Amino acid sequence: MGLPSELLAWFSDPENWVGPGGVLVRTVEHVGLTAASVGLACLVAIPLGLWLGHTGRGGTLAINVSNVGRAVPTFAVLVILALGPLGLSIWSTLVALVLFAVPPILTNVYVGVREVDQDVRAAAVGMGMSGSQVLQRVELPLATPLVVVGVRVATLQVIATATIAALVAGPGLGRIITAGFGRQDQAQIVAGALLVAVLALATELAFTRVQRSGRRIG
Amino acid sequence: MVVGHGITLSESCLTRNDWICWEYVRTRSDELVEATVAHVTLAVVAVVVACLTAVPLALLARRQPALRQPIEGTAAIIYTIPSLALFAVLVPFTGLSAVTVVIGLVLYAQTILIRALLVGLAAVPPDVRDAAVGMGFGPARLLLTVEAPLATPTIMAGLRVAAVSTVALTTVGAIIGHGGLGNLIYAGLRSVFRAEVLTASVLCVVLAVLADLALVGLQRLLTPWRRTVGVS
Repeated sequence: MGLPSELLAWFSDPENWVGPGGVLVRTVEHVGLTAASVGLACLVAIPLGLWLGHTGRGGTLAINVSNVGRAVPTFAVLVILALGPLGLSIWSTLVALVLFAVPPILTNVYVGVREVDQDVRAAAVGMGMSGSQVLQRVELPLATPLVVVGVRVATLQVIATATIAALVAGPGLGRIITAGFGRQDQAQIVAGALLVAVLALATELAFTRVQRSGRRIG
Repeated sequence: MVVGHGITLSESCLTRNDWICWEYVRTRSDELVEATVAHVTLAVVAVVVACLTAVPLALLARRQPALRQPIEGTAAIIYTIPSLALFAVLVPFTGLSAVTVVIGLVLYAQTILIRALLVGLAAVPPDVRDAAVGMGFGPARLLLTVEAPLATPTIMAGLRVAAVSTVALTTVGAIIGHGGLGNLIYAGLRSVFRAEVLTASVLCVVLAVLADLALVGLQRLLTPWRRTVGVS
């Protein structure tokens, strides 16, 4: 039996879909974990990025945090946190995911605010806007496209890292792949990989839609 | 500390399972060197192969506008697929081998390089290109002596990103037993051996930083005209 028919058999077996380790549960886990991590990262990174961008302080930090994030292997951080005080729990996975979601959001929000035209900012101040009004009514709206880019990059990073988290102890679709490796079941390995790829591509597509509609309104 | 049968173990960072343990680094240096060499080999081979595949693909995309969308699109789709999934998809074809990891790493690095090449070459001022054509430069000479040097800063920036991410991503190869230092991190996770995990992780970051510094040095060599000349 070739791989395509094995895959077909895997996907058509209802046992692989329902139950505690089934596709449905794993997908909900993956999406939930991703949403929670990106949400938490936004709560930290968006206000911080806006403030740094508005005041023009900490530019080196805001930019370089992304470069540092790229050099640190996500797998290493997942394992270090799992062997730390949080242990092999969902909390260590969540902390690792938030840590890797913050840099792209922070950098993009900061750059978005800094790139606001100085003339526009001066005009807003000339109209009598206070610092916080300039931030809310001028800088934030103009920076929004880059904020969305940051959230998009962060979300895809988290989807990928959450998959790797399955190697440690995390929940999610990666568990289907690791369980496949454990059982030497190639069809399951590839099935899990396809599910993760579909989730990542669907997310990318959804963000493209959001960005496109944003451009139409703006 | 006494552990059964009269075997005496002295209190050490190994028995305490400390994160930082020189005893570990000293006694297991062979293992660390071996994993580091494997890590560097995987990453270097992947980046070199990615350069070899990205250059013709980028040039093809530039020459044939009809092919640009498919080449860039496919690369972007592959880049979106999480690394663990990409390695897993390749397993039925290339098995649990180092080749699987290298192919995965090449596919990611190649996307970054194709983008950098296209952006860098597109940013060459049209006047400069016209002047070279007017002087009778053919396409090959134009590319090698005018466009490529001017695009070098952008291309090198892309190469640095590709190299640093490849070094970090190599660790994920541990899933199929070829992750260089990632293998030690994975083994340390299973045996709850903190020193092994932290030492291997730090070595990974050091390798990424060294790769970045080496490429900055290479860029300075390749673009002597951009070096700021000290006032004597």
